[in-house]
Amino acid sequence: MHIHRLEKIWLLIGFSMLVIFLGVIGVGAFALGMQPPTGHHQAIDPDKVDETPPFDRPGLEKIGEKEYNAYMVAYAFGYKQDKLEVPVGSTIHFQVTSSDVVHGFQIPGTNVNLMVVPGEVNHLSYTFKEPGEYLVLCNEYCGAGHEYMATTIIVS
Amino acid sequence: MFLHITGNGEKTVNEAKTANGVANETGADRQRFAKEDSALVLAHLLFAFGALLLGGIAGVLQGLVRGGMITLPAEIGYYQLLTAHGVLMALVFTTFFIIGFLYSGVAKTLGGRLLPQARRLGWAGFVLMAAGTVLGTIFILLNEATVLYTFYAPLKASPYFYIALTLLVVGSWLSGFGMIYQYRRWRNSHRGKLSPLFAFMAVVTMALWLIATLGVAATVLLQFIPWSFGWTETIDVMVSRTLFWYFGHPLVYFWLLPAYICWYVVIPKIIGGKIFSDSLARLAFLLFLLFSVPVGFHHQLMEPGISPVWKYIQVILTFMVVVPSLMTAFSLFATFELTGRMKGAKGLFGWLKVLPWKDVRFFAPFMGMLLFIPAGAGGIVNASHQMNAAVHNTLWVTGHFHLTVATSVALTFFGIAYWLIPAVTNRVLTPALNRLGIIQTIIWVVGMLFMSGSMHTVGLLGSPRRTAYTTYQDHPDAVLWMPYHVAMAVGGTILFIGVVLLIFNVIAMLRAPKGVTEYPIAEAAESEAPAPRVFERWGVWIGLVVVLVLFAYTIPFMDMLNHSGPGSRPWVTW
Repeated sequence: MHIHRLEKIWLLIGFSMLVIFLGVIGVGAFALGMQPPTGHHQAIDPDKVDETPPFDRPGLEKIGEKEYNAYMVAYAFGYKQDKLEVPVGSTIHFQVTSSDVVHGFQIPGTNVNLMVVPGEVNHLSYTFKEPGEYLVLCNEYCGAGHEYMATTIIVS
Repeated sequence: MFLHITGNGEKTVNEAKTANGVANETGADRQRFAKEDSALVLAHLLFAFGALLLGGIAGVLQGLVRGGMITLPAEIGYYQLLTAHGVLMALVFTTFFIIGFLYSGVAKTLGGRLLPQARRLGWAGFVLMAAGTVLGTIFILLNEATVLYTFYAPLKASPYFYIALTLLVVGSWLSGFGMIYQYRRWRNSHRGKLSPLFAFMAVVTMALWLIATLGVAATVLLQFIPWSFGWTETIDVMVSRTLFWYFGHPLVYFWLLPAYICWYVVIPKIIGGKIFSDSLARLAFLLFLLFSVPVGFHHQLMEPGISPVWKYIQVILTFMVVVPSLMTAFSLFATFELTGRMKGAKGLFGWLKVLPWKDVRFFAPFMGMLLFIPAGAGGIVNASHQMNAAVHNTLWVTGHFHLTVATSVALTFFGIAYWLIPAVTNRVLTPALNRLGIIQTIIWVVGMLFMSGSMHTVGLLGSPRRTAYTTYQDHPDAVLWMPYHVAMAVGGTILFIGVVLLIFNVIAMLRAPKGVTEYPIAEAAESEAPAPRVFERWGVWIGLVVVLVLFAYTIPFMDMLNHSGPGSRPWVTW
């Protein structure tokens, strides 16, 4: 099988760029800790979310200077707790689960974008460096009221 | 009169007869399809375009709702339309068209007509798929299946919706078996000969489909149907999503590969050239077969329950399709340039001028190819591990697949229809119809630039996909998205005009003047050595797919099974 010289060059350039690109995102993910959101295998019964700690008391938990855990429950069609408030510069460690169907948890203008799957807990940390009223919205179709499913995080 | 307007003027009957295509080996009679084969192909194509019209109506209504221009009457839900649009466009239009097109090429290149057994399987497949489509559409209209075409658990549709999807898939399997049967019989009677390129590619496409649909069949048969009937209480959501996406990514290659068949095998003939390299074309298809299956996690990058290591491994495997994609791009443009230079084109880009721009058979697929460049680049963004967070489930993704499947693939399919429908009905595409085809292509491209362009942009700003009209209580971020949503509606309306014109053209082709239309199948360049024998040793390639799938999925999937909780009961939230 003959491969044209120019095609070899073309493929070599393309493949080299691919290797560099995968290297960059790999280093970002595994060396610098910029991983996609993920969960420990923390199986949770979606029917018993309300009585399973820490989701029996959803909301903010202060764990340090400007550092919080946010235990969030997504349901059709809203989030518990509604309207969180933190001071500017706070880091929030989100832990999100669902008490019914699959939902999304997205904050436009940030890299916060999680799938909320019943039976699992998803994790992501984010530092809010700018003040503002951040919109949290569901970006996975969850039923007739999907477009109403949103809350806000007030950073002041 | 055999008439095709090309860049060089008109072709005559005699030229077509003496062309070197495989189809012409035994003379002009072989140009004609057997009546029975024509009926099978035409049934698939017309069913596909019927689905396109219904799906298009659902699509334009959605666009207008989201743009805030209309409100739907209370009996019709936005998400009901969204389900209908997805099922009819992504599953029904594509599958019917692909099977019709592949059957036509298999008949054409493997002996000139279908074997009775292959044809019977094709009809059985058609009947099952059509029954599944009708049943599924009824349950969508009854609002008992408003779960979108991805039907994520634990949203629970009527069990008959899942049964309808099963019929669709099983029907497509029968058609696949029919094509593979014809191919095997041909190989048995042509020992030592290389199979025709079209048939080889059709077999790769259907093999990919058979391997991919095992995942969706597993989740539908073992999980969804028993659970939706109430025979089992709960469903494991992560397992069902993983099985779905094992299928969901090769699904997009099942749409793309038939378009590639047109680009590799049909287009060179239309422009009067040769296939750049038969062997490399086969190798590219085999690489697509290998690297489109073990990659489903790149649709699940934002999900819990999967270790980032396995996500990243599948990201790497995903990107391996860059290699055959670059090979394809090189081959196509090499064909264009070589053909142009053969025709006497001068200068660095002179060959562009001699391409048959006024021939819709070339123009529509070419626009598809061109737009596949930004479409592919967008796909690289989507699959980039942590970078997916910037676009996941935003309108960017919707914009992406409207550029890939609804532009690159759809325009290529339209371009095919403009010669395939006349070829199977023994009619000719008149110059007036050719012109209408060009106009329809331009309308499509313009509509898509508006719609997909604004989807990409507003997606980067964060606007979510699959969401009805809302401003999130006039949140400033969401209010800023509105102008883009209006542009999407404008684009959607232009596209709908394109659908209507296409349907008009299809009907006009069915009433076009009688005559013989060429089935364009190009030859490979003479200088080339035949493809290595190993390319047709299917055990090797299927074996490699199995190894890759086991590598990419065994550990994370076992992990899921070992850590599964009680599961989810069914929910109807619409």
